[in-house]
Amino acid sequence: MIAVVALIKIIVVVLVVLGAVAYLVLLERKISAYMQDRIGPNRVGPKGMFQPFADILKLVLKELIVPEQANGFVHALAPVISITVALSALAVIPFGNYIVIGGQKISLMIANVNIGVLYILAMSSLGVYGITLSGWSSNSKYSLLGGLRSSAQMISYELSLGLSIIGVLMIDGTLRLDRIVTAQGSGLWNIVYQPLGFLVFITAAFAETNRLPFDLPEAEPELVGGYHTEYSGMRWGLFFLSEYTSMIVSSALIVTLYFGGWSLPYVDYAAMFPNIAAIIEIVTFLAKTGIFIFIYMWVRWTLPRFRYDQLMNVGWKIMLPLAIVNLLGTGAVLLAVK
Amino acid sequence: MTNNGNGKIKPKMTFWEKLYFPEIIHGMTITMKAMFRPKFTRQYPEERWNPPPVFRGRPVLVVEDETGVERCVACGLCARVCPSLAIQVQAAETELDKERYPELFEINMLRCIFCGFCEEVCPEEAIIMSKDFELTFSEPKDAIFGKDKLLIPRSQLEDRLEFLKQYR
Repeated sequence: MIAVVALIKIIVVVLVVLGAVAYLVLLERKISAYMQDRIGPNRVGPKGMFQPFADILKLVLKELIVPEQANGFVHALAPVISITVALSALAVIPFGNYIVIGGQKISLMIANVNIGVLYILAMSSLGVYGITLSGWSSNSKYSLLGGLRSSAQMISYELSLGLSIIGVLMIDGTLRLDRIVTAQGSGLWNIVYQPLGFLVFITAAFAETNRLPFDLPEAEPELVGGYHTEYSGMRWGLFFLSEYTSMIVSSALIVTLYFGGWSLPYVDYAAMFPNIAAIIEIVTFLAKTGIFIFIYMWVRWTLPRFRYDQLMNVGWKIMLPLAIVNLLGTGAVLLAVK
Repeated sequence: MTNNGNGKIKPKMTFWEKLYFPEIIHGMTITMKAMFRPKFTRQYPEERWNPPPVFRGRPVLVVEDETGVERCVACGLCARVCPSLAIQVQAAETELDKERYPELFEINMLRCIFCGFCEEVCPEEAIIMSKDFELTFSEPKDAIFGKDKLLIPRSQLEDRLEFLKQYR
């Protein structure tokens, strides 16, 4: 029974997220167009609403080109690793509290593990394997450089990312994401206590998802297409999917850790009928996540790309000290309060 | 901007700018404002551009509306001046006052470079540049425009004729 419920939840989440990714691509193209005084795709279907299907159809029908002397197996494996890892991070995100079906409480997260935050950190760092392997297996200098940059970038930002989360963990005293949300629901959101930690986290999250201004692994002016230069068709599409999926995951994580997840201030969900409360919770969560996804895109079309050495400087000389200061400050204040 | 000695120019930043985040937010307000600006896109097949008279589209032959006779007297100057040898004219005699008319007038639109020399050299103002720029062919032989495509009534070309009167 538990397995069936979990399977249904997995299928629903994966389908919703993949559908959302298709429309996020359209959204991103629209946003970029509007910021550049253009209109964007509007030909396929009303207002361009069927553009994602046209894009996917094109990708599926394209030939899969494997460069000569590339390591064929790893070349095929790398995009699969990327998408698998990106999707599996969704397992511990709480989309709402619980729904009641047939008298049974079903929690609105796939796996309620007690090391949720740790699991997400592990999964998001695994994502670099897909990128590095794709760069290495393509037998192309641009891909290799992209893959190497990706791993270097990951090492520089993982530390600040982890350290900035510890502030939240110290305040809420748990690694379970659902408890972090309930703790924020009864009090103030963590952004109030952790503004510095939030800034460090969101910057590191940008680097983690390889989005501009930190998209050095694919820096198209220097590296053609970076790690996915030698990919075509749906394999390239999988990289694209995983980029957007990890964008959704990190937006969801930002919301969960710093903006109260599915909770709203001054709204008492317990007083409501549980299923109606669940719907409101899910909508709240999706809306908050959507705002951060929009910020991701907004920043992408605003800021220029960092140079490689600047990225390293920011990572090691600014972000890491800031994260440590934040950690020490939080610890000191917590100690003083106790 | 200060020069720090090794040839690199380092911009001098205030403390506020060095914080970086305020400047990012400043940049983001600019892009947000840009989202609500009017759009430049022209929805091409539905919204077509009407070029100004100075525009040099494909060359055409002017036909007088009243008589229905083309102005061209088949002197062959246009064919002579054409730098890309796109024009071919074959003259024949006629009972009309102008005595000569082009029996065959062909412009190869794959060769034409829209320089407008034919228009400049024409003594009768008979070949002029139109506003038509939508030229597509599926076969090379479709690109050779004969008299059927070249003869355009004068009333449709008033803009360009007016322009020529004023500036030439």
